[in-house]
Amino acid sequence: MNNTTVVHTNKLLLKGNEAVVYGALLAGCECFFGYPITPASEIAHTAAEYFPKLGRVFLQAESETAAINMVLGASAAGRRVMTASSGLGISLKQEGVSYLAGSELPAVIVDIMRGGPGLGNIGPEQSDYNQVVKGGGHGNYKCIVIAPNSAQEMCDFAFWAFDMADKYLLPVYILTDGVVGQMLELVSLPDPIPRKPVPKWALDGRYNPRTNMITSIYLEHDDLERRNILLQEKYAEIMKHEQIAEEYLTEDAEIIISGHGIVSRLAQTAVEELREKGIKAGSLRPVTLFPFPVKAFKKAAKTAKQFLCVEMSNGQMIDDIKLSIECSRPVHLLNRMGGNVPTVDSIVAKCLELTGSGKSGKSKAPRGKKK
Amino acid sequence: MTENTNMKVKYGRSKGFFETFERRPGAIKKNMHYCPGCGHGIVHKLIAESIADFDIKDRTIMIAPVGCSVFSYYYYDYFGISAPHGRAPAVATGLVRANPDNIVVSYQGDGDLGAIGFNNFIQAANRGENIAVFFVNNGIYGMTGGQMAPTTLPGQKTATSPTGRSVTNEGYPLKVSEMVAALDAPIYVERVSLSSTKNIARTRKAIRKAFQNTIDKKGFSMVEILAGCPVNMKFNSREMNEFIENQMQHYFPLGCFKDIADTRDPIKRPEGIFDKQKVKDILYPIKVAKGVSADFKNESKIFQKERKIKIAGFGGQGVLSLGMMIATMGKLRNFNVTWLPSYGPEMRGGTANCTIITSRQKVCSPIVDKLCNLLIVLNQPSMEMFLPELKQNGVLLYDSSTIAPPKCSEDKIIYAVKASDIAKKIGSLKCANSVILGALSVVMKDYFLEGKDKKDFDRAFEEAIMDCFADKQNVIQMNIEAFYAGKEAVEATLTNPHPGV
Ligand SMILES: Cc1ncc(C[n+]2csc(CCOP(=O)(O)OP(=O)(O)O)c2C)c(N)n1
Ligand code: SF4
Ligand SMILES: [Mg+2]
Repeated sequence: MNNTTVVHTNKLLLKGNEAVVYGALLAGCECFFGYPITPASEIAHTAAEYFPKLGRVFLQAESETAAINMVLGASAAGRRVMTASSGLGISLKQEGVSYLAGSELPAVIVDIMRGGPGLGNIGPEQSDYNQVVKGGGHGNYKCIVIAPNSAQEMCDFAFWAFDMADKYLLPVYILTDGVVGQMLELVSLPDPIPRKPVPKWALDGRYNPRTNMITSIYLEHDDLERRNILLQEKYAEIMKHEQIAEEYLTEDAEIIISGHGIVSRLAQTAVEELREKGIKAGSLRPVTLFPFPVKAFKKAAKTAKQFLCVEMSNGQMIDDIKLSIECSRPVHLLNRMGGNVPTVDSIVAKCLELTGSGKSGKSKAPRGKKK
Repeated sequence: MTENTNMKVKYGRSKGFFETFERRPGAIKKNMHYCPGCGHGIVHKLIAESIADFDIKDRTIMIAPVGCSVFSYYYYDYFGISAPHGRAPAVATGLVRANPDNIVVSYQGDGDLGAIGFNNFIQAANRGENIAVFFVNNGIYGMTGGQMAPTTLPGQKTATSPTGRSVTNEGYPLKVSEMVAALDAPIYVERVSLSSTKNIARTRKAIRKAFQNTIDKKGFSMVEILAGCPVNMKFNSREMNEFIENQMQHYFPLGCFKDIADTRDPIKRPEGIFDKQKVKDILYPIKVAKGVSADFKNESKIFQKERKIKIAGFGGQGVLSLGMMIATMGKLRNFNVTWLPSYGPEMRGGTANCTIITSRQKVCSPIVDKLCNLLIVLNQPSMEMFLPELKQNGVLLYDSSTIAPPKCSEDKIIYAVKASDIAKKIGSLKCANSVILGALSVVMKDYFLEGKDKKDFDRAFEEAIMDCFADKQNVIQMNIEAFYAGKEAVEATLTNPHPGV
């Protein structure tokens, strides 16, 4: 084997956490700054291995606060840059994310959600939904949030995340749960893209005038209000053009199951089992969480009689579903917390109960993964 | 913030400043926003002048901190960026790592550097980032109205130490220069003052030295500048200078604490690789196994549905890599496959487990939430823990050199192999998992595979071993030996004559 010519393959088994780093590097990411935290650490491990091999920057910061501000610096220098964390680390980053949003700087942040509040645990949860999808830090801002559910998407969405960050000049989150981060699957690596030119707003004197300046401070109230209005217009534009949802057997569905991340896969399987039982079930998976796919939900609400939101959090995404369909249909919640993952059986049972097809009153409490 | 609109720029316009300060809101475009006698204005001028003299305006990025100097970008004719309170050294790190040719200035007050951002500052210093830090120590929070700073002197009255700083309550003033100089990485640390024309001249020299170091890429330089905030301290400019000279300089002695730039080589950072082929060569794995063609379909009907495998044992027994080898076989035979390890504290207790799910269809979730079809057990505690999760008619495979024969219901199909004993004989306990893999190949033939698959799978097993140990060529042979030994040695202890998985 040593003497023959080396043949490379683009197919390999990767954890979601590893796949996102491969995706980022192929998408031309130049710098990674992070701080270790389970269940996101393999992102830092993989970055520590491959960023330097490609002559790019990997630095373990002294804290999440430091990491996000290093991201701010590298972004201002006009480079594609990323960081990754989970729950409490994301809480620490929020001030910096607000500065990025206010300064209109692109960056990619990966959040592999774990159990909270407080130290919680390292099991998978989806409880960062509100702090990530709703802005999170201070001020009137939003970040684009995309929610992969497989290792392949972890890789592919990295491209998408950097492109949207550059297009709209804002931080983009790749948000998923510990299951998708930790799970290993087959990934086909896309081709690498050529190096991105330094953008014209960047602080780089080789290409740009030194009058370039990056700030989020606007002392005059009217100036800051104008600034805020511009930001809101940008978010409205994103709302209009970037919503993505994955529909599965929704056309004739009477009950629609909705979840993001790993839950979206459970939902699809539950739909298949329900269809076998003669129940008209469909699943609607938000792929973008901001912009929330309002159009897809509105459309689904025309035929569906009810919705079931399945979450690994305390009922966070359910609010967005209710708002999307303007509460025109009942939206029920099935959720697990603390590191437990809902089971397909529990989703099926809940749908049977809701559609009046189950043995009423006898449905068992949902069983999760044993810990 | 206190503003005095009538202030004159005492020392005339520097070459590094804009002609007029158009960025400054309001009508006044000629003067700075600082109060009369404020140290910031003087330091700004010295910095601007150095940058102009070194002819580095197009390469310099000035980080405005949070503090009275938050508006420094009104004045400087070079790149500017605002950092969150205390985070300038982290922002500077990002700027200079992203582009090592940037000349990055972290300009900070004592609250910014010494309190909220001290960790970011000291860590950047300790990494030896190639940046220049100008630390304006005025012993007070100027911007927010004269609260106590980490460098406020003992007994000094401020808005939050109305009876004077008490060392038993607030501790002693932070001696930043002394602390930084004690680190190995920084190359230049000097404390100067603005109390007199003579001291200002020294300050000018120190600032230039820091810039020279940064231009030469020698590393981390810091100049601590003792300055006044006459407005918050209610001093006129003479009283202010006396306070700096007699009180501050007494506690914070002036001088050069470290200057070792001469002993250091310039910092070199690698160039990023973006050539498409080179990136692929580095990132894409080397193809080791042949595998099967993309349109290949396995014959065995069993894989039409999800098959769930659980492996459990002690950490270090190769539980996870056994799982990887099985997942790799799935990859090589065109199955969809997921592998999910236990992680974190679950591993630290000494036990490890993982689940593999394979199917010809898509795999829903990597979690075995119902019962598993195949259970592989490598230690006694795992037997007790996971046997109840084995499905009716499921297959159990265990290491009989360390585990007693299990008591389980009649429907279960049980295989045993003395994996640890065999592995030790072959040369390393580490290849016990390959012995198990050999045993598994027999199990597969007996219960899962049909037709041509029965024959072809042995190659898949071998290729999976080669693929998983591709970066450890020397252990491949041993593992393949272990695989065949396991194949030979496995014993079926059938308890059910009519099993159906
Ligand atoms: C996170 C955060 N906390 C508090 C503040 C309020 N704040 C603004 S400036 C400042 C103190 C600045 O003091 P110093 O660094 O000494 O600068 P000076 O004004 O004295 O030059 C504080 C507490 C802030 N902007 N951000
Ligand atoms: S540091 Fe003090 S003197 Fe200088 S501008 Fe601020 S409040 Fe005025
Ligand atoms: Mg101060």
